[in-house]
Amino acid sequence: MAFLEVKDLKVHFPIKGGIFGRTVDYVKAVDGVSFEIEKGKTYGLVGESGSGKTTTGRAIIGLNHITAGKIVFEGKDITDPRKTKQDFRKNVQMIFQDPYSSLNAKKRVLDIVAEPLRNFEKMSKAEERKRVQELLELVGLSPESIVKYPHQFSGGQRQRIGIARAIALKPQLIIADEPVSALDVSVQAQVLNFMREIQKELGLTYLFISHDLGVIRHMCDQIGIMYRGRFVEEGTTEDIFQSPQHIYTKRLVAAIPDIDPTKREVHMQFRQKVKEEYEQSYHDYFDNQGLAYSLQPVSSTHYVALPEKG
Amino acid sequence: MKQELLQLKNLRTSFRIGDEYYAAVDDVSLTVNKNEVLAVVGESGCGKSALAFSVMGLHTRAKIEGNILFKDHDLAHASPGTMNRLRGKDLGMIFQDPLTALNPLMIIGDQIGEVIYLHNKTLSQANRKKKVLELLDKVGIPRPEHTYNQYPHELSGGMRQRVVIAIAIANDPELLIADEPTTALDATIQSQILDLITRLKKDMHAGIILITHDLGVVAEMADRVAVMYAGEIVEIADVMTLFGRPLHPYTRSLLNSVPNAEKDQDELHVIQGIVPSLKNLPREGCRFKDRIPWLDESAHEENPQMHEVTPGHFVRCTCYKHFHFPKERKEEKHHGIS
Repeated sequence: MAFLEVKDLKVHFPIKGGIFGRTVDYVKAVDGVSFEIEKGKTYGLVGESGSGKTTTGRAIIGLNHITAGKIVFEGKDITDPRKTKQDFRKNVQMIFQDPYSSLNAKKRVLDIVAEPLRNFEKMSKAEERKRVQELLELVGLSPESIVKYPHQFSGGQRQRIGIARAIALKPQLIIADEPVSALDVSVQAQVLNFMREIQKELGLTYLFISHDLGVIRHMCDQIGIMYRGRFVEEGTTEDIFQSPQHIYTKRLVAAIPDIDPTKREVHMQFRQKVKEEYEQSYHDYFDNQGLAYSLQPVSSTHYVALPEKG
Repeated sequence: MKQELLQLKNLRTSFRIGDEYYAAVDDVSLTVNKNEVLAVVGESGCGKSALAFSVMGLHTRAKIEGNILFKDHDLAHASPGTMNRLRGKDLGMIFQDPLTALNPLMIIGDQIGEVIYLHNKTLSQANRKKKVLELLDKVGIPRPEHTYNQYPHELSGGMRQRVVIAIAIANDPELLIADEPTTALDATIQSQILDLITRLKKDMHAGIILITHDLGVVAEMADRVAVMYAGEIVEIADVMTLFGRPLHPYTRSLLNSVPNAEKDQDELHVIQGIVPSLKNLPREGCRFKDRIPWLDESAHEENPQMHEVTPGHFVRCTCYKHFHFPKERKEEKHHGIS
C-alpha cells in the first residue's frame, strides 16, 4: 500500500461573472491527477508556472477545496478536510516558497516555531522552550535565536526557521513548495543538503514542488511533470532525464542551461531541433484543446500521456 | 580584432548610511569589447547591480569615483543632460522584472515608440509605428499589430520580457546591459529569451554586460566572465578558462554548489557564512577570508592584488594557490550560522 495516494484529483476554481455574480466558467487548475508516494522517498512535481503544481500540493494539505477525486494517506481517506482527524494535520506539514512572507514579522522565533506545538501538544513553557531550542539546533541555528525576530535573519536562515516549524511535530510527510526558489545558489545548496540530511534522520517523505529541473534531479526519486493541470509524464528520475518520451518533457529537459561552455553549440542546436520537433508534433501529443492525454505505461515505472492507439 | 567599447577604471560606487559612505562597488576596473558578452556573476549583495546602475547613471544619491569611459564620454562625471542623450540611444538596459519595468497604463506600442521619439523627434508618426512593429517582430512577438495595442497585463511574462528587450534595442545601442534578464522566467521561456539575446548580438555588433547569478546562463551565453564578491572582482577570464580551470576559491565554491542536471552529486558544497552586508564589508585583506577559515592566514595577501595567471586570466589574492575544499565534510556542518 502506498504511503500517500492521490486519485484523479481535480481542483476547479469558479469564474464569477454577470450582475448576480453567477459562476460562468471554471479554471481547471488541477484536472485529473493521480500519483502515489512511497514512504521515505521524495516525489517531485515539476511544471511551468500556472501548471497546477502548487495547487496540487495545497489541495493535499487541505488549503484548497477539492472538486473531485480522492486522497488516501496511510490507508485513510483524507479528502474532506472537515472530516479528517487531528493526527493527519499533525503528520503532514508544509514548507513555503517565500521565507520573507511565510513568517509572521511581529512574532519572535520562539513563538513561530512553537505554534504547532501549542496546537497539538500540551507542554509547559519550559518544555516548549527546550524543544524549540533543540529544533533550532537541528536546523543549524543558535539556541539564542529564539528571542530574535525574522528580519534579523538572512534568507537561508529564515527558510530554516520555516523548516524547523515544519518538523516541530515530527511529521511523516512534508510538502515543500519551491523551498529554494527565492534563495541564492550557495544558500540553496545549504537548504537542500539539510533537507536530505533530516530526511535520513527522521525518515521523512517529501512532496517536492519546483520548476528547477537541476534541483529536482538532485532531490527526487520519482518525478511527475505537469502541464495545464494534467500529468504529461511520470517516472523515476532516471526515466525522465535519460529517456524522456513526451515532447513537452524533452523540451523542458533541453531548456536546462548546460554548465559546460564547451558544449554550448551542440546544446543550442539540440535545443533548436527539439523546438522544431515540438512545433511539428504538437498535435500528436496534445488533444484539440491543447490538453495532455491520459497516461499510458511505457515500462513498469514510466508513464507517458499519449493518445490511445487505434 | 578586439575593439574596446567601455572601460571602467577604478570605479568606486558608495552609498551613504548614516554619516558615512560605504563602497558597494570597490575599485573595479574592467573593459567590455565590441561584439562581446561579458557576464558578471556573484551572489546577491555582491555589487553586480550597483555596477550596472553606475554605468547607466541610474544611481541618484550614490557617490561615484573613478572613470567610466564610453566613446568620448566619462559617464562617471557626465551631466544629466549628456546621460539623457546617451541612455536609450547608445546605452540600452534590460531589467530583471518585466512587469515593474513597463508602464501599466500605456499600450505597448506607445512605450516602445516613446524611446524612438525621444532620440529622433523628426520621424513621422507613421514611420515610428512601422519601426515599432518591426521591433516587435524582431524580438519574436507573433502578432505585432495586435500586441501594439495591448497593455502589459495582457501579456505573459516571456512576452513582456520581449517588449522590454524591444525597448532596450530600439535605437541600436552600442552597449546593452542585461540585469538578470531571465530570473523571473520559467526554464523554457528562459532558453527562448537567451537564444533571442544571442541572435540580437549577432545582428547588432553591440557589447553586452550580462548580470546574473545563474552559472548555467553564464556557460551558455558569455564570452568573458567577471566574478564579483563583496564589491570586488575576484576573478576574470574567458568563459572556457573560467569553467575549465577556475582558480579563485569563491569561483570554485560557487561552481560546486550548483545542483547539476547532468550528473549526480551526493552532497552540494556549501559556502560557509553569508555575504557580509555593506556596512560590515571587510575593507582590508582578502574579503573572502572569513568564508574559508580552514585556510591558513599566511595563504592570503595583505593587500590582495589581481594576478595575471595566464594571458587574460586574472585572480585576486594568492589564496587560490593554497585553496582546497575541506576534506572532512561533517565538521563543516552547522558552523555556517551564528
